[in-house]
Amino acid sequence: MLRKTILHPLHKEAGAKLMDFAGWEVPVQFTSLSEEHNQVRSDIGIFDVSHMGELFCRGEKAFEFLQRVTSNDLSKLKIGKAKYSLLLNEEGGVVDDLIIYRLSEDSFFICANASNAEKDFTWLSAQNREGVELLNQTESFGQIAIQGPNAEKILSRHYEDFDISGLGFFSFLEIGDATNGGTIVARTGYTGEDGFEVFLPTESTPQLWKELIGLGAKPIGFGARDTLRLEAALPLHGHELREDLPAKSSNVSCAVKFKKKDFVGKEALERIQKSGIEFTLIGVEVEGRGLVREGMELFFNDEKVGWVSSGTQTPTLGKAIGLGFVKTELAIFGQELFANIRNRMVPVRTVELPFYRRG
Amino acid sequence: MWYTKEHEWIAKVDGSYKMGITDYAQSELGDVVFVDFPDAGAEFAQGETALNVESVKAVSDVYLPIAGKILAVNEALNDSPQLINESPVADGWLLEVDVADEAQLDTLMNEEDYKSYVSELSK
Repeated sequence: MLRKTILHPLHKEAGAKLMDFAGWEVPVQFTSLSEEHNQVRSDIGIFDVSHMGELFCRGEKAFEFLQRVTSNDLSKLKIGKAKYSLLLNEEGGVVDDLIIYRLSEDSFFICANASNAEKDFTWLSAQNREGVELLNQTESFGQIAIQGPNAEKILSRHYEDFDISGLGFFSFLEIGDATNGGTIVARTGYTGEDGFEVFLPTESTPQLWKELIGLGAKPIGFGARDTLRLEAALPLHGHELREDLPAKSSNVSCAVKFKKKDFVGKEALERIQKSGIEFTLIGVEVEGRGLVREGMELFFNDEKVGWVSSGTQTPTLGKAIGLGFVKTELAIFGQELFANIRNRMVPVRTVELPFYRRG
Repeated sequence: MWYTKEHEWIAKVDGSYKMGITDYAQSELGDVVFVDFPDAGAEFAQGETALNVESVKAVSDVYLPIAGKILAVNEALNDSPQLINESPVADGWLLEVDVADEAQLDTLMNEEDYKSYVSELSK
């Protein structure tokens, strides 16, 4: 049985095509994937991401706990700021990627991937020697992402009593008490554009959705969400981040701080660093005819040297692109490789990431 | 014109058969960005995958509605795959086929049957 967000009836009413994603029935597109993609790049789009997980970590030792069980350094994280971080296992593999929001000195809000929220909660609970309070509040929260160059303008009109424009990247406003029916408005996103993510009580979510549409925002499906994040080379857990691949492989060094005294997975990553990382994340552009897709193999001199983890045709650039992993010695820009596209060897070339950067 | 449950069409045009995907299929697929054609001369059994049509979001197998040999492919789609979305029959046809056994057409749906089949799916 697929789970449905509270906005599901509105998506059906709007004529969206639906699909299964991480155990949820979500809208894949409302009008056309390319149109929706371009809408976000040029104007504003809104995404129903209520399936995402919301956790709280509170208590006197909440900071010490999160500092130890996640890979980024939270020591300079001020109240009202957020940080991208990873939950690593003892082998340095990625259990999940998270955004951690500091609500107060000893209270943190965590946004986790939908399919991982329950696993993360269990994982965190099992590591909890500091005696912090952990809550999984996924059911109580809806989430809407407002993305695109006009996101600030539209959202400011909705929250006219608050300084939305004054929010810097990875800053947030807490309206009311987030642990008790309040709302978090964060300047974060997953599209490569400017934008916001609003976490609010589930029952209030339909009203905000309708009001934003009333203000001129267009609903965007998961099809465009994937092409947008792929152009911006933002990793997707299960594709570019995996439990069975060390975080060092995945081009997320910004979220792994070795200067930190100790954190789960550090030892393994330091060991791997010394012995060399077998595979490294790369971006490829297809030079021949065809598209690369997840799971396709990459070859060099007739030898299998890696695989594609995500791939599509980019609506903004009009090219077939992909993310993937290759043997580290081949992870250099301009490396010529071949992708096995349905038993045809098609030339591809590694390129600099991201594929798209906003102007 | 005949139709398959997998949303291909086949029709006799100027003495030879052309096939493609239906309007319903193109709208389900979304923006087509690539067509992976078979070689001319290749032979396929009825219902066998003859080519792939790829949209931004997914790859779809396209089956040959009845057995036959590929005489030609619609080269215009190499540069303009979106013709499949804009005009899935007239401009966005896929293959010209030398049909092996016309009697196999009887196993397919006619226009009326296909229309009611699609309206059932859309419910």
